[in-house]
Amino acid sequence: MNDYLSGLGALLEQYDVLGAFWTNIQLTFWGALFALVIGTMLALMRISPIASLRWAGATYVNVFRNTPLTIIMTFLVLAVWTQLQVSLAADFNSNFFRLAVIGLAVYHAAFVCESIRSGVNTVPLGQAEAARAIGLSFLPAAQLVILPQAFRGAIAPLGNTLIALLKNSTVAAAASVSWETASTMKTMLEFNADYRWEIFALFAIGYVILVIPIGLLTTWLSQRLAVKR
Amino acid sequence: MRKHTMGLLAMAAASTLVLSACGSAEVGGEPDGGGTATAGGDGGGDGITIGIKYDQPGLGLQDGAEYTGFDVDVARYVANELGYSEDQITFKETPSANREAMLQNGDVDMIFATYSITDDRKEVIDFAGPYFIAGQDLLVAADNTDITGPEDLEGKNLCSVTGSTSAEKIKTDYAEGVQLLERPGYAECVTALSAGQVDAVTTDDIILAGLAAANGDGNLKVVGAPFSEEQYGVGLPKDSDQCEAINEAITKMIDDGAWEEAVATNTEGADYTPNADLNPPKPADCA
Repeated sequence: MNDYLSGLGALLEQYDVLGAFWTNIQLTFWGALFALVIGTMLALMRISPIASLRWAGATYVNVFRNTPLTIIMTFLVLAVWTQLQVSLAADFNSNFFRLAVIGLAVYHAAFVCESIRSGVNTVPLGQAEAARAIGLSFLPAAQLVILPQAFRGAIAPLGNTLIALLKNSTVAAAASVSWETASTMKTMLEFNADYRWEIFALFAIGYVILVIPIGLLTTWLSQRLAVKR
Repeated sequence: MRKHTMGLLAMAAASTLVLSACGSAEVGGEPDGGGTATAGGDGGGDGITIGIKYDQPGLGLQDGAEYTGFDVDVARYVANELGYSEDQITFKETPSANREAMLQNGDVDMIFATYSITDDRKEVIDFAGPYFIAGQDLLVAADNTDITGPEDLEGKNLCSVTGSTSAEKIKTDYAEGVQLLERPGYAECVTALSAGQVDAVTTDDIILAGLAAANGDGNLKVVGAPFSEEQYGVGLPKDSDQCEAINEAITKMIDDGAWEEAVATNTEGADYTPNADLNPPKPADCA
């Protein structure tokens, strides 16, 4: 039993598990930030009165929502970085980290856009008509009337997208971010298979601990901030 | 409403089942699609299942229905010595992270897959052999003259495979300023090397020789200064009774020249000779 515990302790000392989780949290933070910005712009395009913008927004969503994230990540490293030689930083680690953030952001922007659009659907038509009646054109109406209410209605689906983003951040391994959780787990399994159940449980529990608060928080926020009608 | 919810739940459950079926099919590899083995061939179902790599040219490579490489040649020779004919051998893919589990679950009977003998692994499985002693080395462009060893990698870009410790080892022991690219497979490292985005690829010398022979068209070379010692063993389930017989087969293969021939044919065109001080190895005593 003592051997068992000291073996497990040595394993945790040898591999930086907390650092790996921290990498995924950072990937999630930056990925979510950029995905929110791109996704909001896409949602604006999709509800705008200009047909070509609606078409462009819909095309973006359909292309990126239907492309596996692994393929986007691999494309970024093998095509954009290796063949086209586009570097985002001289330092390899920051370069791959940024590539992974771009991959996460462009992929999840499609889902953010659809979440916000579902929020827009919770805003009664009368609100848009009233905004128009007091003389607001499309952008001010969206900014002052529609989007503030739409975001409140979209908190639950946005939370789901955030949870998906956190778990999908492990796909950054495909963009050579090799110090994140999925790669760390794979390395630990390869060299310490005698503890494979413990290693697996460690990472599974780690993600449960990260995901449950996000779920609780978004449920609470979506109730608290919902527009009472 | 409730009925609707139940329907959704059932759908979710069904899709989970479908997904997990996909997963296991992938891990299981090629139960019937893999060329050489047909259980019905000679009446008896008592063949042997051998785990190999499918993606390492020169060692274990799946090429259509054929399997080629040094690991595969040794595996065939040993299986023949153990009394299995060619059509009783089934090859199965054993990725690095799954090897111990596949031995313990009985998915494979033995593993020839660049499987280094280590004490940690001996805790859960047994090893026969070693049948080859490799060393960590570097693969560089053929016209590269400024990289002659791991110390020259300071400030250079290096590629290795995710989950391998060889790149980390260079960083901690030889050149702290090296930049690491980690890819899921060696082929992608060779692509990056050919494109000039990395200066060197590192892993065991015989793997590099296989890569150079398969991809390089003479544009890549192995530096030839191995700086570690990896003993490739035959992975066996714990308390297997086949260790002695496998060691005898390996010794016989080395003595009758088949071993040397297998090394030569599988690294042809790479200008590679295994570290002569250590090879051919003498199999260790069985525990």
